[in-house]
Amino acid sequence: MAWIPRGIREGIVTSCYPREADGYGPEFRGSIEVSESSATTSDLVHALRVCPTGAISLGDGKVALDRGACILCGRCTQVLPAVFQFSPNFEISTRQRSDQVVPVMEESETAIFAVQSELAARVKSLRRSVHIRHVDAGSDGSEEWEIAALTNPVYDVQRLGIYFTASPRHADVLLVSGAGAVGMIGPLQHTYDVMPHPKVVIAAGVDAVSGGLLQSSYATRAGISSSVPVDVFVPGSPPTPFGLLHGILMAVNLLAPLRTNAVVKHTDRSVNSPRSGDS
Amino acid sequence: MTIINASSAVDIQDFVGTVVSSVQRGSRFAGLFASALGNDTRVTAVLDVDGALEVVQTVLAGGHSQFPSLGSLIPSARWYEREIHDLFELELHTDGSNDPLVFSRAPSTERSRSGSGFPTGAAQLGIAPLPAHLRGEGVFTISYGPVRSGVFESVEYVVETPGEDIPHLRTRPFYKHRGVESLFADMSVDDGVLLAERCEGVASLAHAWAFCAAVEEIGGVQITRGAALVRVIHAELERIANHLDSTIRHTEAAGQAVAYARFSLHKERIQRLRAQLCGSRFGRGVVVPGGVAAAPLLNLVEILAAIDPLELAVANDLHLLMDTPSFLDRLRGTGVLPGSLIEEFGALGPLARGSGLMHDVRWRQPYGAYASLEPQEMETRGEGDALARQRVRVDEITGSFRLIREAAQLLDQSKDSTGSQWAVDVPPSTGSAVVRVEAPQGEILSLIEMRDGVLTRVKQRSASFHNLALFSSAFPGDILTDFAFIEASFGLSIAGVSS
Repeated sequence: MAWIPRGIREGIVTSCYPREADGYGPEFRGSIEVSESSATTSDLVHALRVCPTGAISLGDGKVALDRGACILCGRCTQVLPAVFQFSPNFEISTRQRSDQVVPVMEESETAIFAVQSELAARVKSLRRSVHIRHVDAGSDGSEEWEIAALTNPVYDVQRLGIYFTASPRHADVLLVSGAGAVGMIGPLQHTYDVMPHPKVVIAAGVDAVSGGLLQSSYATRAGISSSVPVDVFVPGSPPTPFGLLHGILMAVNLLAPLRTNAVVKHTDRSVNSPRSGDS
Repeated sequence: MTIINASSAVDIQDFVGTVVSSVQRGSRFAGLFASALGNDTRVTAVLDVDGALEVVQTVLAGGHSQFPSLGSLIPSARWYEREIHDLFELELHTDGSNDPLVFSRAPSTERSRSGSGFPTGAAQLGIAPLPAHLRGEGVFTISYGPVRSGVFESVEYVVETPGEDIPHLRTRPFYKHRGVESLFADMSVDDGVLLAERCEGVASLAHAWAFCAAVEEIGGVQITRGAALVRVIHAELERIANHLDSTIRHTEAAGQAVAYARFSLHKERIQRLRAQLCGSRFGRGVVVPGGVAAAPLLNLVEILAAIDPLELAVANDLHLLMDTPSFLDRLRGTGVLPGSLIEEFGALGPLARGSGLMHDVRWRQPYGAYASLEPQEMETRGEGDALARQRVRVDEITGSFRLIREAAQLLDQSKDSTGSQWAVDVPPSTGSAVVRVEAPQGEILSLIEMRDGVLTRVKQRSASFHNLALFSSAFPGDILTDFAFIEASFGLSIAGVSS
């Protein structure tokens, strides 16, 4: 009985995201933004060379960053701060691998719309009850911490009708972390095969998206795309719980209807420090 | 910290004799590693002799892939030998099992080694079920994993049981092997530290620290006092987060819903504090060769304002948890590891400390800024059960908060002498060294060989690798429903076992 008042005394710590933006944003690095600037080609080539994963590319004098390969080490922000800046923006999941490249290329809107409509039609029957099966396909272990954090009182995904399930037979979403370890390809594909339709696959973290620092080797396959069909790509090394939540909501098409306010609103939910007088 | 003199290799008989006699005289066997030297293979044993690391090396000429096993005399050498067998294809003369541990190659695959001695992309995987170890009426085998019920890292436990007891268990961590070690070859030290952080993500900071300390040892540089203190602050936050994670898993297994929510919230706050200090919830990018990347983003007043209420809240909830009978009942007497076994095996970290072996690199061989901080007074826990390990973690959480506060205060006092120099230059050097650092899971060994500042071989040996070998010994009187507690009380990461 002694436990119950402890939870109550703390007050509400649960985030309002995605109904409202969360004030936690500025405290961590969610992504790297690329600005248009008058940087010289030699400066850009220098930035390209310091990137440990080859995420930066140059074409026609224009620079681009592949967030699906970026491990957020920040070296480019140090050598060329006019072009590359850390941003708290974690809403960087995309439905296509190519859309991880920023700035977004001129692309036909109908193509993006077609991908969105296909996924929306596929997951329509899930409505607001979604079950997730997680599989580790060669992670470094930090991804599992961030995925597990989704059930803590701050993110509390159950409030959105999202649950983790032990059985792939009950699962709608396959959430995969890790660089595509060769030993996990069989178990991963088997898990995918036994899931009922409709099913959605999320690649959680740059390792799952592209391999990140772990390029293709005798032991890994540079991400999971060659093993299972990925519907949503969530970058980050590891992805933060908010980044994961954004990817999950995107996967089951719950982002738009829940989102009523895109403006950043700082809500004080006393998450960052405990209530004093707690005893 | 030890610089390795590469010219001191002995022949194989002397190698075995030296290692075995040293262990029989009371040295702790700390690890066995292989690396390629052209067509030859060099085998390195690391021993803890009265608190100092000593290295014994031998070189096996190409074509001579036979290796006499140390494992029959030194039980803790078995997993290291199996790892070398899987990755470097040395044939072991042993009566014990050579079942695949970190990499499972199909028997039909032709041998092919890259220049660094690791398998090439042509290596085919072969995963076969293990033959039954036990025979008897009603005994059956449960393959638990690699995809398990919940958010877990992938690992397979092959449990043989007549129904409730667990008389025999084998661990197969090779499913998620990522070949990280093979990727270090030809990397710069600046890239290498990023990879070291990803050997075992939940101990990113400790791995980066061990890696950088070895690089600094080879380069002969001394980091600034300020940088050394910043490393301590981050390392102790990492320790608190890991110990809270173990507590969360215990409360989840015990069905303590409110306690689970409370400790999950505390851990989230620790992760956020880490992000406030450096931008990363896992302290990534903080430790760089020569020091730390930058000053903490919070000043002393802000750090204290953050940790004081957190410490109080964590301490209050831990106090109540360790006074909750329905929780303690599940841990008491569960997963007992006798002190004699722990000693013989040279176990590491909280696992060893729960069985009365007071091995903690921070205080036995203080490194970095730990030498200038007040050592942690530890009460001996000799019961060896999951409860003793949990008590060790509770004590360490208290100690870590104190260390963070002390280090932050010293950092504030030393800011004039450190100035803005957070990282000193490490000249491109040649040499090899072995260094150890105390991660939340226990001692990490980092063995680094480099030439002109370019890495040739890196081995990050996590405590998870060394300790997981004891998992199968932790079920003497336990039943299947104790499994989750015993696993949580080990507090290991599979990524660190089979990186």
